[in-house]
Amino acid sequence: MTTATPTIAAGTQQTDGPRTVAGRVRKRLNSRTATLVSIVIALVWTVPTFGLFISSFRPEDQIKTTGWWTFFTNPQFTLENYQEVLFGRSSSSGQLASYFINSLAITIPSVLFPLAFAALAAYALAWINFRGRDWLYIAIFALQIVPLQMALVPLLKFFSTGVTVASVQVLPAWDLVDEQKFAQVWFAHTCFALPFAVFLLHNFISQLPGDLMEAARVDGASHPKIFRTIVLPLITPALAAFGIFQFLWVWNDLLVALIFAGGGNETAPLTVRLAEMAGTRGNEWQRLTAGAFVSIVVPLVVFLSLQRYFVRGLLAGSVKG
Amino acid sequence: MEFDFAEEQPKFLMLMYGLIAFVAVVGGLLLLLDVVPAWFARRREARLVAVSASGAPLPRRPKQREGFFALFFLLPTLLLLTVGLVVPAIRTTLLSFMNGNSTSWVGLRNYGWIFSEGTIVRVLINSLVWVLLVPLVATAFGLIYAVLVDKARFEAVAKSLIFLPMAISFVGASIIWKFVYAYRGDEQEQIGLLNQIVVSLGGEPKQWLLESPLNTLLLIVIMIWIQAGFAMVVLSAAIKAIPADIVEAARLDGVSPWQMFWQITMPSIRPALIVVVVTLSIGTLKVFDIVRTSTNGNYDTSVIANEMYNQAFRYGENGQGSALAVLLFVLVIPIVIYQIRNLRQQRKG
Repeated sequence: MTTATPTIAAGTQQTDGPRTVAGRVRKRLNSRTATLVSIVIALVWTVPTFGLFISSFRPEDQIKTTGWWTFFTNPQFTLENYQEVLFGRSSSSGQLASYFINSLAITIPSVLFPLAFAALAAYALAWINFRGRDWLYIAIFALQIVPLQMALVPLLKFFSTGVTVASVQVLPAWDLVDEQKFAQVWFAHTCFALPFAVFLLHNFISQLPGDLMEAARVDGASHPKIFRTIVLPLITPALAAFGIFQFLWVWNDLLVALIFAGGGNETAPLTVRLAEMAGTRGNEWQRLTAGAFVSIVVPLVVFLSLQRYFVRGLLAGSVKG
Repeated sequence: MEFDFAEEQPKFLMLMYGLIAFVAVVGGLLLLLDVVPAWFARRREARLVAVSASGAPLPRRPKQREGFFALFFLLPTLLLLTVGLVVPAIRTTLLSFMNGNSTSWVGLRNYGWIFSEGTIVRVLINSLVWVLLVPLVATAFGLIYAVLVDKARFEAVAKSLIFLPMAISFVGASIIWKFVYAYRGDEQEQIGLLNQIVVSLGGEPKQWLLESPLNTLLLIVIMIWIQAGFAMVVLSAAIKAIPADIVEAARLDGVSPWQMFWQITMPSIRPALIVVVVTLSIGTLKVFDIVRTSTNGNYDTSVIANEMYNQAFRYGENGQGSALAVLLFVLVIPIVIYQIRNLRQQRKG
């Protein structure tokens, strides 16, 4: 101990500041470059979105002929782009209000179903003793690596023609039209979300204190009762984390919607419509800019208000995995 | 210019049906699990009373009840996973050995087609470039930024700025960047930021998304832009989890920031680093929206997932589409195995 004390003292002196002038200059330079680099990165990450945002409020002829940065020297402001892209009646206008409702109608059940089913399953896998429990969990966990592309063709066939085993119709076709097709999308999103949902919620539920469950069992509480009164309130943060995750995923999804929702304004969500507009009307920037913002606003609000839970879920889902 | 709200009513009705179905299924299941066992318990009690009155030995309490509960808790999940994922995945594998309309077996012809058809080989090369570049560059940017803003004054705000693109859909992000890449003839004023920069530096404006192979790189930029936030958040958390005494000890030894980064930070966050790269690799392999929205796979920018969609859902070539889906799955496997081996090593060490 006595021999160690002087070295520490010497070390503390060193951290008070670099002793030489050159060292001090280098340190300041270091932190300057650090600040500069981080500012440059932050700019590259925000300027494109900012440019689009500014543009969405500029009149059509302005957007199409001058860069959005001229807005600062020649500010002209209009809400017409939003009016047109949301409520316009002509087929080229976007009619995004209608698609916005579709996005909502698709997203809400697609979040609720996997959330509830996965919570039930995760509870059973964590706290009910039955044979083969670990193997079942590993199997569900492993399903996470199956790309959803592997399921698309047969699942679409399942909806459109039903199931036939040896030319006997076991299950009928769903035969859905117009807005009924939402059910297909809910079904597909729920299936694809379950492996990750079970995994994420199992991470939380299995870490609840065992004494708590034991005490409840001794008091004669049944599994449904424990699930409802003890587990659910305790895992609210985890439910929120997965809920946000799934909300962003479904709202922003293009592939599943493209295949299972069809393309019309009866069922297709915003993403499908925007992708279509970007393809066929790629130079109608007054519509694309406003349209993009209509689709971004909801996830952005959800994200910003619930960021805490989202980050927690992200860390639990990725680092522990 | 009017929006007919009445036309939208069927959608809300459908949404309401969906919610009613949700309440019915979940509530019904819990109710069922509450009521049925209670009923059995009452019956058993009555029997016990009868048995004990007659003086016979008491029957044992049945043990299958745990299994019964487990079955019903797991029922919806298992059913949906079977119908929606397991069976379709097996069927896709089978379809990949059949012809376009799934009427006859063709052996490995679809796989041969993937590796011989020129356009598809190009698709494979593009996917490879995506998978190599996106995880590495996005992780690098995320890491640099996480280190730089760590304990800085506006850390929370600075992190949100990079993190925000994660909330934006790939479609939205593609539109944002298409606007950056926008082109107008060189005698006109530019509206795209990139061309404006090029012009103000004395260059000629270009049609960025039409020029291969540059266009693939520009699409990759979009993906990096979205995913760097994910890398940054995970790595930032890992950096903050480095024990303070290690950092302090290094500082007392007079370690420079550069040495600190390579000798303390990097080894400590290695597990998180691997997780980020693996997650991004798998995500990138399946990228679809960006390519579809920006170029629709034209001008030599297509990737596997985009080609899979085209083959299966636009050209009706189920065999070739399925083969591409299986290829995606096969390509994910080595990445996952690598990840599992790493996790095992960590547990041992």
